[in-house]
Amino acid sequence: MPLSRLSSPFLSGTNRVTLQMLQLLLALVPAVIAIVYFFGPSVLITMSLAIVVALLAEALMLKLRDRPLKPFLTDGSAIVTAALLAIALPPLAPWWLVVIGVLFAIIFAKHLYGGLGYNPFNPAMIAYVVLLISFPLEMTTWLPVTTLSEHPLDFSSAFQVIFTGQPGGSLTIDALSGATPLDAMKTQIGLLQIPSDIVNQPLFGLFGGKGWEWINILFGIGGLYLIYRRVISWHIPVAMMIGLTIISSITWILSPETTGSPLFHLLSGGTMLGAFFIATDPITAATTIKGRLVFGAGVGLLTYIIRIWGGYPDGIAFAVILMNMLVPLIDYYTQPKVYGAK
Amino acid sequence: MTDNLASFPGGLVLDGQKKRSTQTPIRQTPLAKKLILPLQQHIGEASEPIVKVGDKVLKGQKIARAEGHVSVYLHAPSSGTITAIDEQPIPHPSGLSALCITLETDGEDRWIERQQVDDFTRLSQHEIRQIIREAGIVGLGGAGFPSYIKLNPGVHHHVETLILNGVECEPYITCDDMLMRERSEGILDGIEIMIYALRTKNCIIAIEDNKPEAIAAIELELPKRPKLKNTKVVAIPTRYPAGSEKQLIEVLTGKQVPSGGLTVDLGIVCHNIGTSYAIGRAIKHGEPLISRIVTVTGTDVKHAGNFETLFGTPMDELLAFCETKRHPGEPFILGGPMMGYNLSGDHLPVTKTANCILVGVDNAAPITKPLPCIRCGDCASVCPVGLLPQQLYWHARAKDLEKTQQYNLFDCIECGCCSYVCPSKIPLVHYFRFAKTETMNQQQETLKADNARIRHENRLERQTLEKTEKEQRQRQRKAALAATKAAKEKEKMLEQQHTDNQEN
Repeated sequence: MPLSRLSSPFLSGTNRVTLQMLQLLLALVPAVIAIVYFFGPSVLITMSLAIVVALLAEALMLKLRDRPLKPFLTDGSAIVTAALLAIALPPLAPWWLVVIGVLFAIIFAKHLYGGLGYNPFNPAMIAYVVLLISFPLEMTTWLPVTTLSEHPLDFSSAFQVIFTGQPGGSLTIDALSGATPLDAMKTQIGLLQIPSDIVNQPLFGLFGGKGWEWINILFGIGGLYLIYRRVISWHIPVAMMIGLTIISSITWILSPETTGSPLFHLLSGGTMLGAFFIATDPITAATTIKGRLVFGAGVGLLTYIIRIWGGYPDGIAFAVILMNMLVPLIDYYTQPKVYGAK
Repeated sequence: MTDNLASFPGGLVLDGQKKRSTQTPIRQTPLAKKLILPLQQHIGEASEPIVKVGDKVLKGQKIARAEGHVSVYLHAPSSGTITAIDEQPIPHPSGLSALCITLETDGEDRWIERQQVDDFTRLSQHEIRQIIREAGIVGLGGAGFPSYIKLNPGVHHHVETLILNGVECEPYITCDDMLMRERSEGILDGIEIMIYALRTKNCIIAIEDNKPEAIAAIELELPKRPKLKNTKVVAIPTRYPAGSEKQLIEVLTGKQVPSGGLTVDLGIVCHNIGTSYAIGRAIKHGEPLISRIVTVTGTDVKHAGNFETLFGTPMDELLAFCETKRHPGEPFILGGPMMGYNLSGDHLPVTKTANCILVGVDNAAPITKPLPCIRCGDCASVCPVGLLPQQLYWHARAKDLEKTQQYNLFDCIECGCCSYVCPSKIPLVHYFRFAKTETMNQQQETLKADNARIRHENRLERQTLEKTEKEQRQRQRKAALAATKAAKEKEKMLEQQHTDNQEN
């Protein structure tokens, strides 16, 4: 009889790290399909490239750090980091941007801190911020859904754009690209336009940005699946959405002519991706129940503050990293009451 | 019956695997040729042998007496000859040996004269506790604390409710379940006596709702007892670790035993179902505790079941009787799969606290190297005490013992829920046990160092005192010497004067 352990418990549940990571990837599928639908198939190319680079970088670092390859290559964490970064990058991000981002995430943000479980900051978000600061032009060159409907991008031209920088044919990248709805809202409010007029432009849809709103809703549905399968708990996403809703409602009620509606903020940019897939990264988020509520609310508030008063169109990445820094403090002061304590 | 039940945080719904060992009635384990009886089968002081090698003893005869307050008597489980009083391997996770009395049985199984009490109300509460102590009865749920002490709340406490723990929440174990199904009368006999000894009225018999047969058996017997009109059976939801005393009290009353306090602070005393049966036998039939029901089960056991087994019976004989796939020397689990411990020796004796022998489990925890903690917090969400195992693990690994105390390490009941759910398969409880032992060792070291320091300081003080005293004495002597010298000189002078005068 092969006995398991030296000491009790001798039983073990079915949960595995790899299983959690796989569920997370599965939950991304609906939204990724929507991204392909609205922005073309380039995200699939970016994601494949990111995953391959991530696994190679992971293997290299494990080798250098003299760690076993198999358990850590199969835990799925590198794939998740790569997938999340690929989704966060602009659709036509050049290949070198993807490679730099992934290498930075795996080598610097993850392994130099000790690898799986020891990184204080979300690797995908660190990489995103590094790229945003270093290559602002490439990082803000987005595809508006509208121009794409005029010039649909097929697989081979997407491939060409990513690896050569040109879509081929008579099109140029400048003809294709444009601002994101969040960006447009911000610059046009700066030009003294009124939000209720801005959202009537073709860039905007029913509640948020055209296309973006559906992608956000599908991220939300994927997130609900993760809660249902107990991969994540509801506390962080709910607290984050409440935080974002409260602060955006206050400013919207006080001055509707200078800010977008709460619904616009909930369904634009990376809100839902951030709420369900980024802020909930267990390694870098708060772990107590109360702590998760504080953490989520903090991400929501900071996201809004950076979107409105910061220098960048979306604030999810910065908000998550800033809150990551506070996690040890939050966890220490939100310990649950122990049985029998007064 | 499940009205107004509270619940405890966390916990797990586990695959009970109870049916494996409940298909046959309780059977008798064949009489072993040699019974090995450790002198310490309970919490407290080891008993003191009162027999010699070569003595002939009868079944139920006292062979060791209680030593000190927290101790009980030990009896010969069968008739025969004492062949040795020496160190023998005992069923303890350390694998160490301890002093045991070895009894070679004669096969006659002849009882000593038994004193039966038909009406226990003629005895005083004190007399009842004395009989229970002399019958060697300890908590049979697993802890082995002398029961007579828990039947004496003292003058400062009033016991409102007696809770009978028939929860048996660990998977695989069914000894209490079968005892309730088959011997409900004996259990209720014991409850009547305990209620009387505690001078209380109310009693709750708590049973997990996955044991409908046991609940039915007790409920069938209960109405026949006028003395037990304030006793009720409460079926509680099946959720591990509901059978842990503190969690059970929380489920039944919604209250928590204060940290560092006792259940009696809430006016509650808890006893195990098996203990109450033993008390009934001791008072009504004059039988001391010499046997218990042991569940033998597991995926590698062919004839799983429950066995009334004399203490001292070698476990390998019991295992052989049930036919297992285990080879001699291979490890098995004593207790349940969540809180039991590994034993590997053969010839280890069944003791008062041996409730289950488990050979092979489904969903065994893997031996592979665990992955790092990903801080998912699943462990915290199942902790019935409200601890943060992920933080405790972090600090225990870093050997930051002070931090582990700040995170309430010593409130951990080692139920194993955290290890069970961990997606990285980290043996968390193992780390916590280690940290507890280290902390206790350290405290002992500090105590030792403190004592040594105090001794040293005392010695220095003594030395200075001696020195000053010596100096004082020297001074005194010198002064005395000088004085005598002066006196002598004076005398001499006077003498001289005298002679001078005489001469003149």
